[in-house]
Amino acid sequence: MADAVVEQGRLARAASPRKRASLHNKLGRKSTVAFFLTLPLILLIAALVLYPALYSVHLATLNKSMQKFVGFGNFTFLFKRETFWMVVKQSCLFAITAVIFKALIGFIVAHFVHNIPAKGQRKWRGMLLVPWVIPPAMSTLAWLWLFDPSYSAFNYTLSFFGIGPIPWLGDASWARFSVILVNVWYGAPFFMIMYLAALKSVPDQLYEAAAIDGANWWQRIWFITLPMMRNIIAITTLFSLIVTFANFDIVRILTSGGPLDSTHLFATWAFQVGIQSSDIPLGACVSLFMVPILAVAAIFILRDVSKRGNES
Amino acid sequence: MSMLAIDKGGPSRKVKYGSMSRDRTWALRWSYFFLVLFAAFSLIPPIYMLITSLKSSAEISAATNPWWVFHPTLSNYFELLTSNQFLRFFWNSAIVSIVVVIVTMLISIPAAFALARMKFWGSATLATGVFLTYLIPDSLLFIPLFKMLAVIQDFTGIALLNRWYVLLLIYPTLTVPFCTWIMIGYFASIPKELDEAAIIDGASWLQTLMRIFIPVALPGLIAATIFAFTVSWAQFLYPLVFTTSVDQFVLPVGITTTLIKGDVFNWGQIMTGALLGAAPPLIIYAFLMDYYIAGLTAGATKG
Repeated sequence: MADAVVEQGRLARAASPRKRASLHNKLGRKSTVAFFLTLPLILLIAALVLYPALYSVHLATLNKSMQKFVGFGNFTFLFKRETFWMVVKQSCLFAITAVIFKALIGFIVAHFVHNIPAKGQRKWRGMLLVPWVIPPAMSTLAWLWLFDPSYSAFNYTLSFFGIGPIPWLGDASWARFSVILVNVWYGAPFFMIMYLAALKSVPDQLYEAAAIDGANWWQRIWFITLPMMRNIIAITTLFSLIVTFANFDIVRILTSGGPLDSTHLFATWAFQVGIQSSDIPLGACVSLFMVPILAVAAIFILRDVSKRGNES
Repeated sequence: MSMLAIDKGGPSRKVKYGSMSRDRTWALRWSYFFLVLFAAFSLIPPIYMLITSLKSSAEISAATNPWWVFHPTLSNYFELLTSNQFLRFFWNSAIVSIVVVIVTMLISIPAAFALARMKFWGSATLATGVFLTYLIPDSLLFIPLFKMLAVIQDFTGIALLNRWYVLLLIYPTLTVPFCTWIMIGYFASIPKELDEAAIIDGASWLQTLMRIFIPVALPGLIAATIFAFTVSWAQFLYPLVFTTSVDQFVLPVGITTTLIKGDVFNWGQIMTGALLGAAPPLIIYAFLMDYYIAGLTAGATKG
């Protein structure tokens, strides 16, 4: 018995140097292999994301013909323009209002879908996610047609209720409302699907325990659903804030920033200034103003993601 | 004693069940009521696209009920599907999206494999960096990218601006970070024993990836593919900035710029074009809904 053990140990010892060498070799190879596997990714990000991002900072300090360094000249020029402050205000209004409504509608609809028998949920979920699936440029065209002033389907329907023709895209306040409405229509399904996934992960026992303790539906939402979904709500909201703040398609197609620049966002204004009026430095400067908000949201998301990484 | 307790518990419990089930029925009715309302809100634009696409121009400009087709016609579809210009847009979109999907997979699968399994210097930072890149929006990068392409074009003499193939270079910046990120999540969830067993059996890294990781993480792979395809199909800003002549347009830009001529909106054709442009993602979604949703939720729930 003991003999056998000793024999085994000796065998193992005899075999070990070769084994260790091959293991070492393998490890050495491993990090080289890993480097080559990630190389295309690193090159792509460095050349087409990081470099352009830094390059736009450089561009923002040049004059219109891009031959002279003007430092913060473009920035001070922007600060003096009334349109710029309107764009700042409109971007914040657009992003915050749209995200709040998307989150609210998503939360409510997710509850309704969660409420109905599991058999029918798939069908409803399938229908409710359609706005998210259609390319936004295409669905915004449909909205543009629905908002059309003379043959508009909305105004036609509203005329039966005695509500006069509404200038959906012609009047500044209505145009602001319309772009937000389309953005909410497009983005709410994303919230719905995320919240639905989160709702499904809340254990039923918690609700049963709450029901036994006599909690009403409001208490169940406030003390169980919301705390359990806190993480997903936070990350979805922040993520959507970034995407909404940087939105381009909807405003570009619906109003192109009009009437009188009242619906311009940073992205659409940067496009108009930088590409259409070919003042590239000023355009770069405008789009750089998105960075602070994006950075704040990104930091919060990152904190959440790394926290989750540590937990698992 | 115990009999008594049961007796006491019995009736009150029964009453409670009754009220609960009545609450439940009402909750269910309200749920259905609001779901119908929200579904109508969601489906009005696509349905209206379909209605308008079946109308002739005469019917559209007549002041009839816009929600109904009185003389359905397929002429809009015939006109668009026989127009070389529209087919060109479709072809450009298709080729760009398919090539971008392939390029994305070729870049992100090996990278995700390395980041999920081979711990090397800086791998954790790189994984976080990939996620951060995903958060950088296109509207921040289009101006410097435009200028960069112009500079490279001047310097090397290779035509880059106003060419559809430049999109093959640019689109992966939108798709690769997210696909890598969700593939890291899927690869990391594969038990280590599986690839250790393969290594012990003498499989190389490549064989482990091809024979074990890809088959096991196939659902994630499909989700990532769908994501890459829909993103490249729907992208609007980059082609709008980088292409200017009609034969280089992809579908979203082509429909919004060529079908709207000045102030003349040929709504029947615009809606038909929009519907045809929305069709590929919708068809994929109809058949692969579960993968689509898995990809959508993976960003936040995995990783």
